[in-house]
Amino acid sequence: MNAVRLQLVLMLCFGLCSAYALDTHKPLNNPEQQELYERLTKEVRCLVCQNQAIGDSSAPLAADLRREVWEMVAAGQSEQQIKTFLTDRYGDFVLYKPRYAGPAALLWLAPGLLLLFGGFVLWRVVRRRMTLPVNLDNDASGTDARQHSGD
Amino acid sequence: MNRFIVPIVGFAILVIFLMVGLNRDPTFVPSPLIGKQIPTFSLPQLDAPDKTVTDANLRGQFSILNVWATWCSGCRQEHPVLNRIAAQGQVPIYGLNWKDDAGQAGNWLQQLGNPYTANAFDKEGRVAIDWGVYGAPETFLIAPDGTVLYRHISPMSMAVWKAEFLTRIAAASGETL
Repeated sequence: MNAVRLQLVLMLCFGLCSAYALDTHKPLNNPEQQELYERLTKEVRCLVCQNQAIGDSSAPLAADLRREVWEMVAAGQSEQQIKTFLTDRYGDFVLYKPRYAGPAALLWLAPGLLLLFGGFVLWRVVRRRMTLPVNLDNDASGTDARQHSGD
Repeated sequence: MNRFIVPIVGFAILVIFLMVGLNRDPTFVPSPLIGKQIPTFSLPQLDAPDKTVTDANLRGQFSILNVWATWCSGCRQEHPVLNRIAAQGQVPIYGLNWKDDAGQAGNWLQQLGNPYTANAFDKEGRVAIDWGVYGAPETFLIAPDGTVLYRHISPMSMAVWKAEFLTRIAAASGETL
């Protein structure tokens, strides 16, 4: 019985942990602005604790950046204006999703380039193998096996 | 033999990438301010709230802006270095007291010495955001025309002062002469 009670207490404790809200800003009147604010707090990196977004972090700098973003959204600034404000001060690293510009463009193009390179290699291999003699005679298993192992 | 060249070269490139990548400090974020004009600001002085410190104070000569706070242990570590630099009297050090308690900051300067020409009191951290500050201590080197020449993250040392700051001052003043 005591074990069950302990378990219940622990569950309540951890339940409260997740309910603890970092964000103390009041919701914006305009639902579109509130949506933009919530999205930005997920997309802007907290530079003190680099694997957290400012919306997840309890660091004082994250709270300051949430306040800046909230005020800019409330003042009617666009997503682009706010992102420019942040990258002018902290660099592209402050955005989780890097912009398609500068060295980060390579990051965006890399999957396509690697796919093309892989396709080219595959094409070369297939072409080369197409020119190998095909032995349809099943009885000549000796030669067949040699061909495969020597490939 | 020929067929192994492509995988070996590929592996070598991967190893080089990983060696460079793993030796980099992930907490170091390069400042986009370098080479640009310092942000404009106007803040009350730490010890005299009726007076202000502005970006104009930093212009006109080579100057240092040091971001510090009493809650920052690295700041305590670097403080003797700042005292030594101030004693040399070559470059004025301005302080940006960041998200701190004015009373505690005053005590700190009384106990440890005051290397600062003046301290700007940034209670809310808004000016620090304009400077792209993400931790303390941070130390900026500013040219007479108001260009940011360098930012040092983590505590100052005399070695860093000589290697990164004095060499840049010498190089920049050589250009302007």
